[in-house]
Amino acid sequence: MGKSRDSIAYFQAAPLMAVLLAFLVVPIGMIFVVSFWGATEFSIYPAFQLDNYAFLFSSPVTYKVFFATFKYAFITWVFTLSIGFTVAYFLAFHVRSQSMQTALFLLCTIPFLTSNIIRMISWIPFLGRNGIANQTLISWGVIDEPLEWLLYSDFSVILAFVHLYTLFMVVPIFNTMMRIDKSLVEAAYDNGASGLQTLWHVIVPLTKPGIMIGTIFVVTLVMGDFITVRFMSGSQKANVGRLISNDIALLQYPSAAATAVVLLCTVLIVIGVLLRFVNIRKEL
Amino acid sequence: MGMNGGNDLQLVNLTKKYGGTLAVDKIDYHFKAGTYVCLLGPSGCGKSSTLRMIAGHESVTDGSIVLAGSDVTHLPPAKRGTAMMFQNYALFPHLSVRDNVAFSLQMKGVDKATRDAKSNELLELVDMTSFADRLPAQLSGGQQQRVALARALITQPKVLLLDEPLSALDPFLRIRMRAELKKLQRELGITFIHVTHGQDEALALGDELVVMNNAVIEQAGSARDVWSAPKTEFVARFMGGHNVISLDGGKAALRADDVSLGDQGLNATVTTVEYQGGNVAVTARIEAGEEVLALVPEAAFFQFPKNPGDTVNLAWDEGRLHRLQ
Repeated sequence: MGKSRDSIAYFQAAPLMAVLLAFLVVPIGMIFVVSFWGATEFSIYPAFQLDNYAFLFSSPVTYKVFFATFKYAFITWVFTLSIGFTVAYFLAFHVRSQSMQTALFLLCTIPFLTSNIIRMISWIPFLGRNGIANQTLISWGVIDEPLEWLLYSDFSVILAFVHLYTLFMVVPIFNTMMRIDKSLVEAAYDNGASGLQTLWHVIVPLTKPGIMIGTIFVVTLVMGDFITVRFMSGSQKANVGRLISNDIALLQYPSAAATAVVLLCTVLIVIGVLLRFVNIRKEL
Repeated sequence: MGMNGGNDLQLVNLTKKYGGTLAVDKIDYHFKAGTYVCLLGPSGCGKSSTLRMIAGHESVTDGSIVLAGSDVTHLPPAKRGTAMMFQNYALFPHLSVRDNVAFSLQMKGVDKATRDAKSNELLELVDMTSFADRLPAQLSGGQQQRVALARALITQPKVLLLDEPLSALDPFLRIRMRAELKKLQRELGITFIHVTHGQDEALALGDELVVMNNAVIEQAGSARDVWSAPKTEFVARFMGGHNVISLDGGKAALRADDVSLGDQGLNATVTTVEYQGGNVAVTARIEAGEEVLALVPEAAFFQFPKNPGDTVNLAWDEGRLHRLQ
């Protein structure tokens, strides 16, 4: 009886297992295997050698690019968190009627009905040397010369990241906040807490799991990205994703695979560290 | 803490409107210091709005609230000298029991050693010392309620406001906790205002009962007065244990335990018989069509048992009829 029930359970889980195996485990395994292969200018050959990793860890470019990737992730995290928390707080605690809450929440998601690339590229005419931003600032007399750092700079890269990924912060934080019992806020107020004290001592601690889920989304998305950095920096800036995409463009698959493995490990370590701080299991 | 002669609470012309709906309609009441008052009524009668206005969690549309001689109508909750215990206790789930109790001191900037000491003192009062390091989720309902009490009392309120404090507990625990509430109120000597929709609870706890209906106070007075001398049909029916009988142009209340089954009296047909332990509740329809409830002592009933459909004679002492307004 117990045996047959076990086998039924395995059978029921089998389709998902097959999908994950075919589309997650096997590809990552392949990347791992290829990362030990060798390459010449015109061919790649199966082997087991550590050349790719040795080159990666000995090159100063690697460290610079990894540093840039962390920098983008950190700055984007700071902005998406502050904007996302504020928006979620407003929706959850200041908007009283539920229909209004839903309407405003849907409004937040409207930009996401278009593609990432289009939303990204639409910044270019706005930020360019003769773009709307510069022309407006000049006509207001704020500046005399067009600002050069608006486009094709770290500024534009981070701006695009924040624009693209803030919703990934809003949704989990809003979701957690909606589960906070409103009478807790009244209880804090009854105990003499000011608005800021209530925010800091009650709402922020109870929102931590949502903040953590949003953080994981944003950090993994930014660290794995290559197209935003390429478009918004005009190919002048690099992160790890671009390193991998360049290798692929040059058909240096083994080297690209090695970089991908290192990036994957880095992201997993970052998430591992984050999860040590907050238990998100009850939110899932 | 002794007598608090000066800590009376007065509601003057207190009114609450939500948009066009009147929730509380110009009520006046004087809560004497140190009494246990139960605010009683069906849901939507305005009792919770009244309590929340006293607490400062609901704005006052009109009228005022005066506590210990000063007008607190527009003061923030923590500045009034009141403290509230919430229906679901509203304990902070991320803080330990000790930190929950010490929360208001922490907000005032009291240092950790002092507030922990004070918090332990309150936990001892409610007999929860051994649970100080637990989280609220690790406590039972009754234990959570004690913590909520300690948290409310640490602010040293003149008036403690309890919003249906026993409704989340199972019936057995409810009876135990109400004894504890009463004992605590006696010890502290402060005013407790307890909102409930259960008349048993109100009778058991309240020195004074304030019965509300349709946004106004229907009747107020000592528990015994309200139960034994209901002024209106609503109060008589709501408090239970009474029959309301039409009587030459007016209505009168008749206690169910004053009705006896015998050989003489009004002809009636038994509709239901309910065994209640000490008493048996017999409902019978008299010829005028009204149903009359008789609470008959168990021993007397089983001498001459009745079944639904049987004919009985209902009798009562005319002097026990109580005219209603």
